[in-house]
Amino acid sequence: METVPKLGNNVPPKKDKLQGKKKKPWERRSPGPQRSLSGAQDPFAGPAPVPVAVVQKFCRIDKSKKLPRSETKIRSRLEAAEAQEEEISVKAARSELLLAEEPGFLEGENGEDTAKICQADIVEAVDIASAAKHFDLNLRQFGPYRLNYSRTGRHLAFGGRRGHVAALDWVTKKLMCEINVMEAVRDIRFLHSEALLAVAQNRWLHIYDNQGIELHCIRRCDRITRLEFLPFHFLLATASETGFLTYLDVSVGKIVAALNARAGRLNIMTQNPYNAVIHLGHSNGTVSLWSPAMKEPLAKILCHRGAVRAVAVDSTGTHMATSGLDHQLKIFDLRGTFQPLSARTLPQGAGHLAFSQRGLLAAGTGDVVNIWAGQGKASPPSLEQPYLTHRLSGHVHGLQFCPFEDVLGVGHSGGITSMLAPGAAEPNFDGLESNPYRSRKQRQEWEVKALLEKVPAELICLDPRALAEVDVISLEQEKKERLERLGYDPGTKPPFQPKPKQKGRSSTASLVKRKRKVMDEEHRDKVRQSLEQQPQKQEKAKPMGARPSALDRFVR
Amino acid sequence: MKVKMLSRNPDSYVRETKLDLQRVPRNYDPTLHPFEVPREYVRALNATKLERVFAKPFLASLDGHRDGVSCLAKHPKSLATVLSGACDGEVRIWNLTKRKCIRMIQAHEGFVRGICTRFCGTSFFTVGDDKTVKQWKMDGPSYGEEEEPLHTILGKTVYTGIDHHWKEAVFATCGQQVDIWDEQRTSPICSMTWGFDSISSVKFNPIETFLLGSCASDRNIVLYDMRQATPLKKVILDMRTNTICWNPMEAFIFTAANEDYNLYTFDMRALDTPLMIHMDHVSAVLDVDYSPTGKDFVSASFDKSIRIFPVDKSRSREVYHTKRMQHVICVKWTSDSKYIMCGSDEMNIRLWKANASEKLGVLTSREKAATDYNQRLKEKFQHHPHIKRISRHRHLPKSIYSQIQEQRIMKEARRRKELNRIKHSKPGSVQRVSEKKKRVVAVVK
Repeated sequence: METVPKLGNNVPPKKDKLQGKKKKPWERRSPGPQRSLSGAQDPFAGPAPVPVAVVQKFCRIDKSKKLPRSETKIRSRLEAAEAQEEEISVKAARSELLLAEEPGFLEGENGEDTAKICQADIVEAVDIASAAKHFDLNLRQFGPYRLNYSRTGRHLAFGGRRGHVAALDWVTKKLMCEINVMEAVRDIRFLHSEALLAVAQNRWLHIYDNQGIELHCIRRCDRITRLEFLPFHFLLATASETGFLTYLDVSVGKIVAALNARAGRLNIMTQNPYNAVIHLGHSNGTVSLWSPAMKEPLAKILCHRGAVRAVAVDSTGTHMATSGLDHQLKIFDLRGTFQPLSARTLPQGAGHLAFSQRGLLAAGTGDVVNIWAGQGKASPPSLEQPYLTHRLSGHVHGLQFCPFEDVLGVGHSGGITSMLAPGAAEPNFDGLESNPYRSRKQRQEWEVKALLEKVPAELICLDPRALAEVDVISLEQEKKERLERLGYDPGTKPPFQPKPKQKGRSSTASLVKRKRKVMDEEHRDKVRQSLEQQPQKQEKAKPMGARPSALDRFVR
Repeated sequence: MKVKMLSRNPDSYVRETKLDLQRVPRNYDPTLHPFEVPREYVRALNATKLERVFAKPFLASLDGHRDGVSCLAKHPKSLATVLSGACDGEVRIWNLTKRKCIRMIQAHEGFVRGICTRFCGTSFFTVGDDKTVKQWKMDGPSYGEEEEPLHTILGKTVYTGIDHHWKEAVFATCGQQVDIWDEQRTSPICSMTWGFDSISSVKFNPIETFLLGSCASDRNIVLYDMRQATPLKKVILDMRTNTICWNPMEAFIFTAANEDYNLYTFDMRALDTPLMIHMDHVSAVLDVDYSPTGKDFVSASFDKSIRIFPVDKSRSREVYHTKRMQHVICVKWTSDSKYIMCGSDEMNIRLWKANASEKLGVLTSREKAATDYNQRLKEKFQHHPHIKRISRHRHLPKSIYSQIQEQRIMKEARRRKELNRIKHSKPGSVQRVSEKKKRVVAVVK
């Protein structure tokens, strides 16, 4: 291209442009640029360029995996699918032009450190609507608070240690309900929509309506310390003091799995939003990964020298941040090698961690909240210099980034604070997945569709794309697994029972004779089979030793 | 410091009045849509189950004939008209939208062996057991007129089948030999024969219109060229073929319905091996007809069922049966590829849907989009065991089901014996012939 269009201030220059279609070698020798009737030349000939990084985002086939050799028909079909995916990813990358919003940012000028900028300054510098998103609720009476934003980011629920539970639409500041449950509240979570709340109280798990009406008291889940809701499986995962991880299906109301983690008291839990695996942090410095389909953890990662204090996983499931009693904050790579990517020593251990949608990491240490940012959306946050810091009026007890707003909600011993974090949230939401501006009708339709496509709990595994991969487990493996699972092989024939015959042909002697006949026949078959296998084994044994040795007689 | 916060204007996300459409902004980023594959799998499972729930293919039964229906013919210009000939010599013309018989003709004494329509749709021909070929007008007799054939040709032998050329005013009959007739003449322009046995059916090729195919009682299928007035080649199979049907999209492909419970798809240019053997029936296959798309065909069999096969697969994708439907003699696929008509022994013509769970009538654009999406999902996940099990499930009458089990056992036994023969003989002495090659006895040019 001869001329490059002028770029604005904030837009980084585009590198590595990708033309719309890959040209084959014979097509590159095409004739000169198109000339119109007037003789003018099109200065931007060819299809508009698309940045490669955006195209890569939409590619889903893992081309590094090698497939076993199969028939030509199947291979050609797979190749056609790959070619189609390339074309489609370019088209999808072009459609990014239609996205209306830009993400926020905060930059210091003249070498200013963004960490030194306080919230009051930011509130002064932004518009009124954004300034209103920063608020402090002083609630000293009912103990340190834990909070949760609903999936659309519109509603906020918080619960205090001394029983104060409230749910409100924090954007319009409209209170939905406010009750005191007369018991200690350990954790609070919205279920699939803002209509239902799960509260982990001192003894049991309670489910409330957003008007404050108690709907259920689930006594099987007792002494729960942490709750996590898996939205696409409609599963509420609870970690209890008794050491059990229980999965409750809230659409049918059944306990899907109650797994004994065998690691003592469980009070550090988070979910991986990419594959719905639950991460539990233990006091021996390990983080274990759990799925309701298996009784044993999927994986165990040794993270810290002391106990693990907090775990968080980012929204794409690539990075896991952990902090431990050894004052370390580490970031691990979850897809691929489970190795630490970076580490940082904090003066005080971080008791709470949270990732935002665009990869910002927030850590609550004592009464200070630090936020670290990375280069772009895909890279891990760099732990060198914090992006923002804020001191609160009490110790941090709960931390969550609001889903589609540049806001970090902090629950502390002095109440709730909503602080501004420019650049934290995904600017363009998808109206069919989570729409903060949805109407009642839209919510009802969405709820029905979500229930219809509820993913069964057995499909939770480390790779959520496993169903779309080519199945290479052999038949032998399947048979072995079936034998283990059932205890006997259903494919074997049941022992021969001679049919009872009439007219005296069914006397004991003749039954025994018939049985003997069949047994002899089977014995002969077995002998024949073993005779067939013997020459195969001899052939195998031959190429083993080039020179005959005296020990060959002991080779089987 | 430079700061910008993400702030959305609610006016561009919320609709202004109740009468507007809701605004739904879309972002196709995969990170906003986690669990794509499991959710699609669940949707595919639901779509497969719903397909089975909505699979109600039977539409109507046309009642009126007083003896078994022996042949059917489609009207080339009108989708709603179908002609049928019965075993008592009666020919009836039906209107499918009103599901009524609009005209009744006593055409022959004895069976009506074949019926075919002229390509323009103004007249049709029938042949019967009384050794006559009669041409009739498609419009009924006007007031005061008798029901009379336009033209009658008396022959010396019984004619067993008739087919009309797709473009010219020529038709072919078969009986003892294959005769090509001009419509204006009373004697055939040429007679072709190869072999000494009677010929049961003849069919013109819709694309290469000078080609004909016929099936004879001595187990062969003969192809003729009308321009040279000679037979071209013939293929001899194990058992007799009842009828053949040419693929309306591929000029050289035809499917033969055979007595050995199978259908054979041949490429005319290479007759030594069939392209595909379609095995699913448990009794002789009596008739076959292609869909106008050329991708599927329907077969009628002496076991009281009709099956729909894809051209490239050897197993049927659909089976239709009813308690009241007895041996199915003839079957036709309508020209809009949506319906199937079959005429059976018990005097009824039945109308079925070609896609059993399809919604008929005009679909809204949302319905169409949803149907297409579900179809694509089912195709994507068709090999997964749960989905395959549900989509393959069909209820079969007990007679057919037990016959299938029996024939499977017999086939297994034959295969095992063959393997044993090979295992226990000198290697190389027993040749392994492919299944397909085994069926063709000879090809003669």
